[in-house]
Amino acid sequence: MSEFLQFILAGMTVGAIYSVVALGFTMVFNASGVVNFAQGEFVMLGGMLTVYGMALGMPYSVAALFAVVATSLISVALYDFAIRPARGAPVYALIIITVGASILIRGLTKIAFGTGPRDLPPLLGDEPVRVAGAVILPQSMLVIASTLAIYLCLWLLLQKTLLGHAVVASANNRMAAQMVGIDVDVMTRFSFSLSAAIGAFSGILISPITLVSYDMGTMLALKGFAAAILGGMGSPLGAILGGVLVGLSEAMSAGYLSSQYKDATAFVIIILVLFVFPNGLVGKSGHERV
Amino acid sequence: MKHIGIFALATAVALTLSSGVATAADPIKIGAIVSKSGPASFLGEPQDVTLRHYVKKINDAGGLLGRPLELVLYDDATDANVARTFASRLVDSDKVVAVIGPSTTGVTLAIAPVFEDAKIPMISLAAGVEIVDPVRAYVFKTPHTDRMVCRKIAVDMKARNFKRVALLNGTDGAGKTLRSECLVIFKSVGLEISADESFNPNDSDMTPQLTKIKNLPGVDALLIGGFGQALAVVTRNYGQLSIKTPMYQAHGAASQTYIKLSGKASEGVRVTSPLLVIVDKLPDSDPLKAGALEYAKTMRAITGAEASTFGGYSYDALMLIVNAIRKANSADPKAIRDALEVTRGFAGVTGVFNMSKDNHLGIDESSFYMVDIRDGGWKLAQ
Repeated sequence: MSEFLQFILAGMTVGAIYSVVALGFTMVFNASGVVNFAQGEFVMLGGMLTVYGMALGMPYSVAALFAVVATSLISVALYDFAIRPARGAPVYALIIITVGASILIRGLTKIAFGTGPRDLPPLLGDEPVRVAGAVILPQSMLVIASTLAIYLCLWLLLQKTLLGHAVVASANNRMAAQMVGIDVDVMTRFSFSLSAAIGAFSGILISPITLVSYDMGTMLALKGFAAAILGGMGSPLGAILGGVLVGLSEAMSAGYLSSQYKDATAFVIIILVLFVFPNGLVGKSGHERV
Repeated sequence: MKHIGIFALATAVALTLSSGVATAADPIKIGAIVSKSGPASFLGEPQDVTLRHYVKKINDAGGLLGRPLELVLYDDATDANVARTFASRLVDSDKVVAVIGPSTTGVTLAIAPVFEDAKIPMISLAAGVEIVDPVRAYVFKTPHTDRMVCRKIAVDMKARNFKRVALLNGTDGAGKTLRSECLVIFKSVGLEISADESFNPNDSDMTPQLTKIKNLPGVDALLIGGFGQALAVVTRNYGQLSIKTPMYQAHGAASQTYIKLSGKASEGVRVTSPLLVIVDKLPDSDPLKAGALEYAKTMRAITGAEASTFGGYSYDALMLIVNAIRKANSADPKAIRDALEVTRGFAGVTGVFNMSKDNHLGIDESSFYMVDIRDGGWKLAQ
């Protein structure tokens, strides 16, 4: 039993990380129809820039704020200098642009900070908490809790505020949104910076668990993308569900089957789910009725 | 007019000929292919720094055979295809007399035939035993093999009367080769493999694998293989689950960074370590101590960080070639190869090299140590 609980806790921790990356994908996808493969790099930048800030002598909180703001600005720059000028291009071209951006960010990070892994101190100490024979790090609980908090804030923002409505409107129909006086560019820019801020923030939280290195973004983007597809691209709830499911299936197959098949199992589950729900667990159908 | 034409032709021929013959000041070209970028950049970076520094140092001291050394170094980005292109370039257009690298076993196996065919000696900086077994006339290497690591660990485990071992290896090249070598050797000495698990180099949580191993009855020891941050993550998870089974790590973990990243969970972990890591703990009578200390000091002065054992491999490769050129009194590839093969008692920073016709590695396990992590530092085991 304690074994099962341990696998659940491990799966939830990893799942929360995937979820928050998937949330970032969702934000940008909704705002621009682009799958932003640089999302994993935003997570990495969050951790890396915080390490850098602290090395410069900033306190933890200031360094974290600096990392979040800087990453948002990088994301806005990505939109303004790479995505926006190519707006007429087909979506796959835009996706390739984001892949290029992720390679660029990775390369620059490597040159600036080197290839060695870095570490951030945990916020709540590193003494694991014991729950019925299983253990979980306080930092892991923090990651899970803040993923839920991010989801709730996003939901409130999009459903309950004027700003949120404007973002949703620009995403649904650019032309119509413009006609009712919404500055669509500003809204897209807002989505890009928010997704980067979320990524960077979670990067800071997960760094004490996973460590941070210049190339960690690739794997996160891949797993986060899988989670987003599983949950249904474009749905924040789907991102959360998808991430947790991928995380749990990895932990369960590593625990009960064999770690050799860990990744394979996760992807088999994704394929099976997509057979039954072609648009993901909670995704909407791609066809709209006229 | 006709005479002038012939004269011009003769002059041209003479000029062409003379440019083909080495004059005293012609540089001796040594090629290098290292993984300065890509997944194995932690290997290639220190190797790049080492080679550039020491070639410059040799030139400042007057070069070799009265000729300067010229280092033609390429970064293969840990990609065998890229390395293959550079290998051809080193042979066809750079016309080097010897080659150092590459950094990884996979890339080495991919390009070794190029130099074997061109009859240019190469000294690989990768661990894989298959590089020098079977022996190829022109292929040498400097690092200890994974087979030696496994043998060393197996001997240690037998000495501690361990019977059942759990393996947990990365799916990267380092983890995979260690796993396959250790499986064979452990079985041959009668150690039982209780678990054979794996993790991805970028995984952020290995508690499921460790929980599974923890709950197996009667596991005496745990062996972790792989490289990079994953090793530290495994160790942290091992600490969080408060597993008491002794942990062994291969030389991928033999760095101060590993201890720092793993925190107090690394206390008591036993690591197979090349000499450079514990050089200051060795007795002064050790023939390798002075050279290794000097190298460690030089690297620390350049990079500001502790010397990497991977850089040490390239130092040894360069010095072996330099030594061979001196011994042969020639910079002809064939002469260098022949001199390399008869290298005896050459003290490098990785070990003492004794090459022979059947042994193109030349070092043995005696320059390889079992060390324990104690109070955030290294301590020779026992």
